[in-house]
Amino acid sequence: MISAPDVVAFTKEDEYEEEPYNEPALPEEYSVPLFPFASQGANPWSKLSGAKFSRDFILISEFSEQVGPQPLLTIPNDTKVFGTFDLNYFSLRIMSVDYQASFVGHPPGSAYPKLNFVEDSKVVLGDSKEGAFAYVHHLTLYDLEARGFVRPFCMAYISADQHKIMQQFQELSAEFSKASECLKTGNRKAFAGELEKKLKDLDYTRTVLHMETEIQKKANDKGFYSSQAIEKANELASVEKSIIEHQDLLKQIRSYPRRKSKGSDLCSRETEYTQDRPSQAATTSDPEESADTDRYTCRPAYTPKLIKAKSTKCFDKKLKTLEELCDTDYFTQTLAQLSHIERMFRGDLCYLLTSQIDRALLKQQHVTNFLFEDFAEADDRAVVRQESAPAEPSQDRPPSRSLEKCPIPQVLISMGSYRSSVESVLIKMEQELGDEEYKEVEGTESGSFDPQDNLDCLDMDMKGSISSGESIEVLGTEKATSVLSKSDSLGSLTVPLSPQVVRSKAVSHRTISEDSIEVLSTCPSEALIPDDFKASYPSAINEEESYADDGKGAIHFQVGTSPPEPGEAEEGSVENTPLQTDASCCIGKETGGPQGPLSSPALTLSDEEGVVSTPPQRSRQKDQGFHVDFAMENSNLSSRDHSSEGFPAYELDPSHLLASQDDSKTSLDDYSDSTSCVSSVASTSSDRMPSSAHPTGPSSERHKKRAGQNALKFIRQYPFAHPAIYSLLSGRTLVVLGEEEAMVRKLVTALSIFVPNYGCCAKPVKHWVSSPLHISDFQKWKLIGLQRAVSPAGTGALHALSRYSRYTSVLDLDRKTLRCPLYRGTLVPRLADRRTHIRRGSTYYMHVQSVLAQLCAKAFLYTFCHHLHLPTRGREAEAAAASRQASFLQLSLGLVNEDVKVVQYLAELLRLHYTQEHPGAIQPTLRFDYVPSFLYKI
Amino acid sequence: MLRWLIGGGREPQGLAEKSPLQTIGEEQTQNPYTELLVLKAHHDIVRFLVQLDDYRFASAGDDGIVVVWNAQTGEKLLELNGHTQKITAIITLPSLEACEEKNQLILTASADRTVIISLNPEPSEIAMVTKGPVWDCDTGRQVQKVSCFQSTVKCLAVLRRLDVWLSGGNDLCMWNRKLDLLCKTSHLSDTGISALIEIPKNCVVAAVGKELIIFRLVAPTEGSLGWDILEVKRLLDHQDNILSLVNVNDLSFVTGSHVGELIIWDILDWTVQACEHNFWDPSPQLDTQQEIKLCQKPNDVSIHHFTWDEENIFVAVGRGLYVYNLQMKRVIACQKTAHDSSVLHVAKLPNRQLISCSEDGSVRIWELREKQQLAAEPVPTGFFNMWGFGRVNKQASHPVKKQQENAILFSLELIGDLIGHSSSVEMFLYFEDHGLVTCSADHLIILWKNGERESGLRSLKLFQKLEENGDLYLAV
Repeated sequence: MISAPDVVAFTKEDEYEEEPYNEPALPEEYSVPLFPFASQGANPWSKLSGAKFSRDFILISEFSEQVGPQPLLTIPNDTKVFGTFDLNYFSLRIMSVDYQASFVGHPPGSAYPKLNFVEDSKVVLGDSKEGAFAYVHHLTLYDLEARGFVRPFCMAYISADQHKIMQQFQELSAEFSKASECLKTGNRKAFAGELEKKLKDLDYTRTVLHMETEIQKKANDKGFYSSQAIEKANELASVEKSIIEHQDLLKQIRSYPRRKSKGSDLCSRETEYTQDRPSQAATTSDPEESADTDRYTCRPAYTPKLIKAKSTKCFDKKLKTLEELCDTDYFTQTLAQLSHIERMFRGDLCYLLTSQIDRALLKQQHVTNFLFEDFAEADDRAVVRQESAPAEPSQDRPPSRSLEKCPIPQVLISMGSYRSSVESVLIKMEQELGDEEYKEVEGTESGSFDPQDNLDCLDMDMKGSISSGESIEVLGTEKATSVLSKSDSLGSLTVPLSPQVVRSKAVSHRTISEDSIEVLSTCPSEALIPDDFKASYPSAINEEESYADDGKGAIHFQVGTSPPEPGEAEEGSVENTPLQTDASCCIGKETGGPQGPLSSPALTLSDEEGVVSTPPQRSRQKDQGFHVDFAMENSNLSSRDHSSEGFPAYELDPSHLLASQDDSKTSLDDYSDSTSCVSSVASTSSDRMPSSAHPTGPSSERHKKRAGQNALKFIRQYPFAHPAIYSLLSGRTLVVLGEEEAMVRKLVTALSIFVPNYGCCAKPVKHWVSSPLHISDFQKWKLIGLQRAVSPAGTGALHALSRYSRYTSVLDLDRKTLRCPLYRGTLVPRLADRRTHIRRGSTYYMHVQSVLAQLCAKAFLYTFCHHLHLPTRGREAEAAAASRQASFLQLSLGLVNEDVKVVQYLAELLRLHYTQEHPGAIQPTLRFDYVPSFLYKI
Repeated sequence: MLRWLIGGGREPQGLAEKSPLQTIGEEQTQNPYTELLVLKAHHDIVRFLVQLDDYRFASAGDDGIVVVWNAQTGEKLLELNGHTQKITAIITLPSLEACEEKNQLILTASADRTVIISLNPEPSEIAMVTKGPVWDCDTGRQVQKVSCFQSTVKCLAVLRRLDVWLSGGNDLCMWNRKLDLLCKTSHLSDTGISALIEIPKNCVVAAVGKELIIFRLVAPTEGSLGWDILEVKRLLDHQDNILSLVNVNDLSFVTGSHVGELIIWDILDWTVQACEHNFWDPSPQLDTQQEIKLCQKPNDVSIHHFTWDEENIFVAVGRGLYVYNLQMKRVIACQKTAHDSSVLHVAKLPNRQLISCSEDGSVRIWELREKQQLAAEPVPTGFFNMWGFGRVNKQASHPVKKQQENAILFSLELIGDLIGHSSSVEMFLYFEDHGLVTCSADHLIILWKNGERESGLRSLKLFQKLEENGDLYLAV
């Protein structure tokens, strides 16, 4: 119990107090073991090496009254995903911790069976032997034929990374609640329908029995009842009773508390996903009511059956399947939601967290974020957030408090938690340690994140439980979180180093015995938990919650993976749909694309690069977390020799670190890179509706990655990339002229990452035009792909281009020339360094984003500095303000030469955006300068 | 001074070679128009722009619709539909001081032989106008329509003093504000009245073909019953059709004809004060002989438009621009080929700048500068015509003025050009505060703005909004 956490606590304090460079080597007994799978060639980020499944998946299980716990389905529904993982065994595990008070039946003092509308329970389970950790969402569905009318189900998000589960608990909980609500709503509908049928049956039976009794009465008028008649009368009585019972049940199910019918909101949202179905759930605000109304109208054809007196026992018959238990529409929606969840949480935890933080920070930049951010995503997030607000009451804080949730602590905390996640895994594995390698890493230690280490109280907890071998731990549940977070959140959020948090380390450990099931707390049915149990770990819970609340900052960030493609809902399987939607022309290629490299080449690569061999040491792991990209780049460098185009899928995306991304999809991306057919397909679709909103494609990771890759190529290939990018950044339309459509489109897509947006609508990019350009085109588009044609129309186009040469820069792809104004600034070289060491598209994309974010910050400062634009005292000459502006731009913002124009252009866009009442309503004016252009050649 | 293709790699435009057209490179430091806004509403050539007040203007063209715009924001305020054919004249009828209604009326004449008088309410009043003889449900405005014309009305004139307006077609009609026909002349000519201006003593001058006809309008008095129009005099000094007619000051009015005759008339006794008719002198280069056949169109010397200030008349002659000084009675500066093709409209800005627009789709900004004595060039207008064009004989009848003795003191320097339209720029309007509006045969209207000033205005607006939202914290 004590050993492991203590070691860590010690090492941590050590690190906290001392400079990392001066730190003496630890005594051997305290040294932390190496990553155990290093010998097998796995990389340290791949925690899957311990698990038997290849990536995260969702499992739906049932505690069947006939056969016990059994798995029903997995999402994605692909045996490759869970591999040899024993679903049956795991179902047993997760179904054995159902804490909900799903008491249905005859409660004492009640004449009729009573339905309890129980809340779902949400627990986190760990099975360290299987290497599987799960967020488990228990729910109860009603089934008339089931014992007590209830069928316990659970949906589990299973991951090999326990920290992912813990840190994403709130998000998982929110998302699964939606799915569960949807499922339950559908189930109630189905149940009510079933009850009605049953009532009709009973009614019919009663009539029949009644008639029979009458006949019997008439038949024997002897004055006494035969045993047969008595039996009939009893039967009739029981039918009567049954009718009353069932009516009561029907009444209960219909009187399902309205407050809980937020499921209908969900369903309306989910119909957005499913798209193919204009669901009635979306239109009817209350599914129950609609069910009530159409029940009698829609199903008049039901012919009642006679019900036998002795009802069949449940063991004799087949139980309803999950699909039968639920209304079909709702069932497909639930599946869609589940696959959405699967996609949402796909990838490495650090990746998820980073993107969440990223988005949360971006959201705060609401004044500037429209410039370069992807708005399809942002909108998606906005929608999600709106919905999540009611679901998470604890988030509804008064504005004043939300001010305190400044972004910095969130970031720090999340960093810390990521670090810790690596750490705990290490401790779990008792292997030998390569000391010299450890020192190597020490040299690279930056030490700048030390303070956050103190926030790892949860971590201790993990360590305590890890040692217990075959155990299932319930590590956290929802309700306690929400209750306690309120008390502790502020302290821990704003003061990352508060003593309270540091102290917490000591108390947050628990012993977990072999094969024990431990429950910290459960959500609604607290009554089930013994009081002494609740009392026994108050501080542990407390701290845990304060921690969880730190993570809860991250709850605001909704993971916005690209919105699901249409048609996905029907598929129910995530695996297939991306391929179908993406690659209408690449499918042939995709089949040839190796699915294998995930395992073999990637592993060897990382071996030879020594990425893995850097020992994951104590607090150093956080460095690794940050160096992931660069390390991977290095490996790319070496791998470029033998495969320049087709990198193993494994390396190409940070989100692949866990290899839980869809392999086939990745390989598709990379292998299609050389032909660029995907991008052209995507952009064609976007082109059809010139000013319409983003198609789903461009916002995806894949798209960004490809754009980044092509932009990198462009920068390397063309020495005059800088003035071209300057043109884009300063709002001068860049016309990419070429004969070959695919090439032009590819380059336009790549360069579009540098184009500032006007507003929330699509980027002002036109991928392909063949008609002559007009002045209004330059007002509307900032990047245009133009066809060079020999036809008269083509010469017309060229003539128009030369006529409007002052508004455009022209990049001629065929002649490899660029005509545009001179650029002498320093900004673009940083953005687009020809000799950059960045090799990967996604990395470069991120690099661009970060430089542009900096730029936006400068533009923001410039725009909103009062004294720069308004006369400071009384009447002041305009020249004074102008000189103030110039000196601010040059001295304070460090801009030279043409960089000033970039910031000024962005500032214009900011002003326009800010002052517009209806964003996007007014087109921005076309701004231009009368500056000479130069012709650049390779 | 010529900035020949400063942009290094710029492909020379073919036009630059074949005529001594002055061009300016891409570097135009004095050109203030660094922002533009394209306004789209018309479906055909936009021919007319008329200013309504400080910030509004109306545009009209061959599609028969009139659109009212906000010159500041480029917002489309109103669209007036009513004409079935192209609009041939548009004029505003200012509201009477006595009248309570401050609304302006817009008079439009169209090839469908109707004149529509439409109320142009203040934006705030659009919703309040509720009654009128003719109701236009689309825009909520009163519209009155006169359709008793025998011919297309080609010009309109408003006589504020008499509170009447005149329409000129094949005949001249006089109307009052209520659209009652007050008086009408007999049929004048089949070509019709091409221009109409008011001159003192209740007279109007109408340009009918080569003639100028002076009419006197007789207002009703005790003696007479009604209005009358009397033809007073016909002036026959022009050799060809009169294209333009303006009164430049209290003393004189000016006419310009198709063959490049500029005649300055005394406004009171209608006599010729001065005459200038040798604008069409081709450039002295002999090798232009071939070019003349190719690109010099018959209307190359036609005078399309004038503008004037206290001292000078600025004349658009064919492709060139000429500055005629009223005191010196001679051309003091010129640009023979200011544009690639006919200059359609010129305007003088307060800051000694001249703007011209042309069929070649460009708008050019010129500055009238005092020229260094040393750099003085001989005046081309003084050159005697060397080629025997058909009009030489007309020319010969006039004594050639000897102007060489006075070296030219002024020159027109190109300081910027505005390229945006893809077709002939028909007209433009200058707003002191909001920049320049151009309309063109490419169906577009472009609003050219001073980018720096607009940027400052936006900045101001931003801080205003910040203040409104309470987000502005001023450091103490």
